[in-house]
Amino acid sequence: MSMLVLEDVHTHYGKIEALHGVSVEVNRGEIVSLIGANGAGKTTLLMTVCGTPQATSGRIILQDRDITNMPTAQIMRSGLAIVPEGRRIFSGLTVEENLHMGGFFNTKAEIRETQAHVYELFPRLKERELQRAGTMSGGEQQMLAIGRALMSRPTMIILDEPSLGLAPLVIKQIFEIIGHLRDEGITVFLVEQNAHQALHLADRGYVLETGKIRLHDTGKNLLANPDVQNAYLGG
Amino acid sequence: MAANNYKHALFCAIVTLIISFPILGLNLEAEGVKITVTGAETSTHIAILLAAVVVFVFQAFRDSFMGALGKLPKLNPLVNKKPMEQSKRVKLESWIMTGLVVLALFWPFFVSRGSVDLATLVLIYIMLALGLNVVVGLAGLLDLGYVAFYAVGAYTFALLSEYLGASFWVALPAGALLAALFGLVLGFPVLRLRGDYLAIVTLGFGEIIRILLNNWTNLTGGPNGIGGIPDPTLFGMEFGRRVKEEGNTSFHETFGIAYSGEHKVIFLYLIALVLAVITALVIRRFMRMPVGRAWEALREDEIAARSLGLSRTAVKLSAFTIGAFFAGFAGTVFASKQGFISPESFVFLESAIILAIVVLGGMGSQLGVILAAIAVTILPELAREFSEYRMLIFGAAMVLMMVWRPQGMLPMRRIHIKLKKQE
Repeated sequence: MSMLVLEDVHTHYGKIEALHGVSVEVNRGEIVSLIGANGAGKTTLLMTVCGTPQATSGRIILQDRDITNMPTAQIMRSGLAIVPEGRRIFSGLTVEENLHMGGFFNTKAEIRETQAHVYELFPRLKERELQRAGTMSGGEQQMLAIGRALMSRPTMIILDEPSLGLAPLVIKQIFEIIGHLRDEGITVFLVEQNAHQALHLADRGYVLETGKIRLHDTGKNLLANPDVQNAYLGG
Repeated sequence: MAANNYKHALFCAIVTLIISFPILGLNLEAEGVKITVTGAETSTHIAILLAAVVVFVFQAFRDSFMGALGKLPKLNPLVNKKPMEQSKRVKLESWIMTGLVVLALFWPFFVSRGSVDLATLVLIYIMLALGLNVVVGLAGLLDLGYVAFYAVGAYTFALLSEYLGASFWVALPAGALLAALFGLVLGFPVLRLRGDYLAIVTLGFGEIIRILLNNWTNLTGGPNGIGGIPDPTLFGMEFGRRVKEEGNTSFHETFGIAYSGEHKVIFLYLIALVLAVITALVIRRFMRMPVGRAWEALREDEIAARSLGLSRTAVKLSAFTIGAFFAGFAGTVFASKQGFISPESFVFLESAIILAIVVLGGMGSQLGVILAAIAVTILPELAREFSEYRMLIFGAAMVLMMVWRPQGMLPMRRIHIKLKKQE
């Protein structure tokens, strides 16, 4: 039961190839972590899944549908949600409006219901409901970014570096929430620099190096792997 | 620090002398074929020196001056007041709007013809500014060629009446729709562009339209323009002394009142008023609809908006098209008001002024934009007594405005939209 499959995906920025034939498989209901150094192509891989830039060759299949050549807007409306790197919340809009933007294509009743659920997950957001999102702390903004992504009621959620620039305590909270999302049946594809925590949480993990998948194993095995330990876990 | 200040002040004073002496202190006089240079009167020289001294003093004590200036806004009693509650504010704003409209409705019957004419121009600018407000203020797309759509509206009416004998009421929707179509067409190539690049492309588009109108002499009459554009009629009643078109009656005869040239001016004013109100209400509606929030989301963060499944194409095109539509509206009214149009009315300066209105008023804020449109149109007229200095005063007013209130006269206060709780 695979949710997302990448088959030998190549991506180019102009003439430069950023991904040299990447194959990744994410099964329904699991957390898969993708780790790698700066410039390995992690974000490129995610963006390729979202269709900006589109893969130059290979296939991307989301829930048995070939989305390789679909426009971004259509991909993002087919059960996939992304929490982009650096949060990218709408800072001039209130927390509630940010959430409503997430549920843009849903009915009002659905929005109401999902919003209540998001507030359950993040009680902090409820307190800040009418506050301008840009005035919140980094951790709260990250919660909002995740909440906003959930508003479209995705079956799969992609998180790009959710721990970026956050305090350890907040990171712990965020990872707890990610685990909770899986328990609710949402498939999670997690991209992290924070390899230790990402692999700890993950069912399976991939290691990306200069545009290629180097390793692929269960999260536990990767944590124990001496190469991974040397390269990503600080020995 | 202090020595540095004086050095800087001295430098500024010398620059003042260098700039102003050749311009003001020397006169060129033509004697036959020769031109001689003579010194100006002593009083001018004294004035130049005084100016240099003023510059020196200001620059030397600049910090304390600016410090004093910085304290000024505190004199404004509104600054320390807590912002009003949203529901109250929205109510107050609608009351102000309604009040303005009612006032505007009766106002022309008590003032001179010239004032009504000017007021019509103000209303045209209000329409333009409200339209551009959608593109710049809400969608955040810097459009420097907005005047092109205005021109499309005006020329649609002019050409339709010239070649097909169309009346105002036929041309109004046609002009607006054609302008919207142009907005759509321009929208496509600029979709990928943002910020500066977008500004340049739209600037180019504005010039293309103007130059096209200027050079397509067969169709548009080129620089000679098109004249004889008919006035609007009221249910087939014309406002001229004599009926021009067969089948029409004249307004003053139908109602059995004496002919007056003012009827026409007031009627046109009222049409402009109604159209401006429609523009304001329609755009207000759009702002509260999902598409309005999509514009804002795209302005705030394009990548995030796209990651939520919003189509960049659809959102940008809708903003461009709707903005252009209302420019076309304004253009048709303008053509009818002038009776004659030429490419000269649609130069870049117009785009710049409309943009200035939007920025001065506060981007995205409707009431602010309306007030700014009134101010920007009327201020140069009021300053007419100062003849050659009026544009200087106008410019200075803009600079001061931007220093004091960079966010505009009435900055946009977003209306938080809450879902109604389910009963």
